[in-house]
Amino acid sequence: MELQFFIELVTNGILTGLMYALVAVGFVLIYKSTDAINFAQGEFCMIAAIVVAGVMKLHGFPLWAAIATGLLFMLVFNWALERVVLRPMIGRPIVAIIMATIGLALMFRGLGPLVFGAETRPIPLPIPDAPIIWGPFFMAPIDVLGGVISIGFMAVFGWFFMKSRKGVAMRAVADSHQVSMAMGINVERYFVLAWMLAGFVALLGGLVWGNAIGVDTQLAALGLKVFPVVILGGLDSILGVIIGGIVVGVAEAISAGYVDPYVGGGTKDFTPYVLMILVLMFRPYGIFGKPIIERI
Amino acid sequence: MFHRESGYFKTTYQSDMALYPLPIGKTAIAVFLVVFFIIFPLVLDEYYLTLVNLAAIAVVGALGLNILLGYCGQISIGHAAFMSVGAYTAANFAVHFHFPFWLTIPAGGVVAALIGLFVGLPALRVKGLYLAIATLAAQFIIEWTLNHTPLISGGIQASIEMPRPELFGEVLETQTEMYFFLMPISVIAILATLNLVRSRIGRAFIAIRDQEIAAEIIGINVYRYKLLAFAISSFYAGVAGVMATYYYGIANYEAFQLPISIDYLAMVIIGGLGSVLGSVFGAVFITLLPFGVRVFMETVGVYFVDGVYLAQVIAQMRLIIFGGLIIFFLVVEPEGLNKLWQNIRNYFRVWPFSY
Repeated sequence: MELQFFIELVTNGILTGLMYALVAVGFVLIYKSTDAINFAQGEFCMIAAIVVAGVMKLHGFPLWAAIATGLLFMLVFNWALERVVLRPMIGRPIVAIIMATIGLALMFRGLGPLVFGAETRPIPLPIPDAPIIWGPFFMAPIDVLGGVISIGFMAVFGWFFMKSRKGVAMRAVADSHQVSMAMGINVERYFVLAWMLAGFVALLGGLVWGNAIGVDTQLAALGLKVFPVVILGGLDSILGVIIGGIVVGVAEAISAGYVDPYVGGGTKDFTPYVLMILVLMFRPYGIFGKPIIERI
Repeated sequence: MFHRESGYFKTTYQSDMALYPLPIGKTAIAVFLVVFFIIFPLVLDEYYLTLVNLAAIAVVGALGLNILLGYCGQISIGHAAFMSVGAYTAANFAVHFHFPFWLTIPAGGVVAALIGLFVGLPALRVKGLYLAIATLAAQFIIEWTLNHTPLISGGIQASIEMPRPELFGEVLETQTEMYFFLMPISVIAILATLNLVRSRIGRAFIAIRDQEIAAEIIGINVYRYKLLAFAISSFYAGVAGVMATYYYGIANYEAFQLPISIDYLAMVIIGGLGSVLGSVFGAVFITLLPFGVRVFMETVGVYFVDGVYLAQVIAQMRLIIFGGLIIFFLVVEPEGLNKLWQNIRNYFRVWPFSY
């Protein structure tokens, strides 16, 4: 029984962690290529999910059309954001960029419900409700789907980043804006591409999480889960995101299962942060992060 | 003789370091003191005094964050958590030991500063985003600890009722009395900050902000000053927390959650990083913003929005306008309200002969 409980916590933790990774990868994507820190990634997911659920409910779109609308919306939206808000921020101090994205986050939290209404809506993905039982493992279908989407996206994305021409260019941009400009890469185009990709991931994250916990502004709280994930893994590592996500998911599940009954609940929300601080003390750039060398 | 200056040229270090850089400064300060301490309490009615009181509290908190972020360049997203530390400390001392306010205020500040020192420890290793997230973690951990430790937070809903402050045997209760209680603290905080940032410590902070490695090379003990910045900033936050507790009459962690930390960040950024006057502008601006939005929506918005949804729409509009303003200032005027004010001032000072 004890073991059964433990296995259950760990499997659920891993699956939830993979779903966190799906949100976090959008963050890493932007950080890697534009050096911008996006505090609004959770809000991106939220707004994508609100658009999908909103057009289904208010305009009676079928699911595929709603998802297509959501995708189109996110791409155009993020393209516009990059042009209007983020581009003037290039080269500004880190706190300015953090604050600008916090400003964006606040705006989204107001705008989403203002346009599409504030009630909680479902995203009915065509998956069964009954839990999947497989030996000692006991899993919710949406978690499994989330995990699969997450791993699939990481694989495609990893290939894109390491092998494709655009991916290589993006890595070059991430490495040094000046040198890649000198090599004839249109740096600004890759900034836009990074933000649009982040919009696409946000849509995936929004769909999966929206199905799991319902669509309303609460979804934005996901953004706060992202930070321990990316910091544990290192800000610029795709592999790090997966590992960080799994560690955070498992740590959350275990603290919720074993610690909460003794201290009155709520440890789930900050255990990842404690873990993260410990890691930061020993590896200031995360587990897989690249140290930044500073010069005068 | 009637004449106009063509500019202000500093010829000595003394004048460069002066508290009032302009000759008009002393008069302006005197006028402000008269306005704030005589005219305001006499003329304004209770409702507007409420706003001024809230702004006075926010000014102290914003000054603290500006010392850390604007002068020393260390990001903190956990400012409100330090306020809650100050608030609970003061409430406990006031309830259990019957401390008067002139003891609870420093006590709240000192305990917050100690916690701040501890939270500042990661700053020795990490910076930038990593530090921002570490302080975010502090926010969550402090919040959770307060909420789940009945020993500190007094059990039911983690709130402690705060006795009213007493001065010369008089219990301060009305808004006007609270105004005279809160305002002097703000003024002291402003003066202290002005003097701090032009002292040796302030210069060290600025050196660390501008170029950490260079600062270390010229002999500034970076670690010590970073921790000091965290401690001082948390002290201010603690004091602001105590003020808020006296003002609300209750210490509750819900008044100091993450959105409040973000409000303070916004104050410092909209006001102007690394400027005392900017902190004051920012604090006043952000405090008045929700009321402004509400007044606007109640007068103009009613023509567009159904009355039933008005409250909800006001809350959403507040977020949108708040976020929009932050972005607007960052993109258009990165140096904030303070720069705006300086531009106006400089324009009119040499008007009409500006070169």
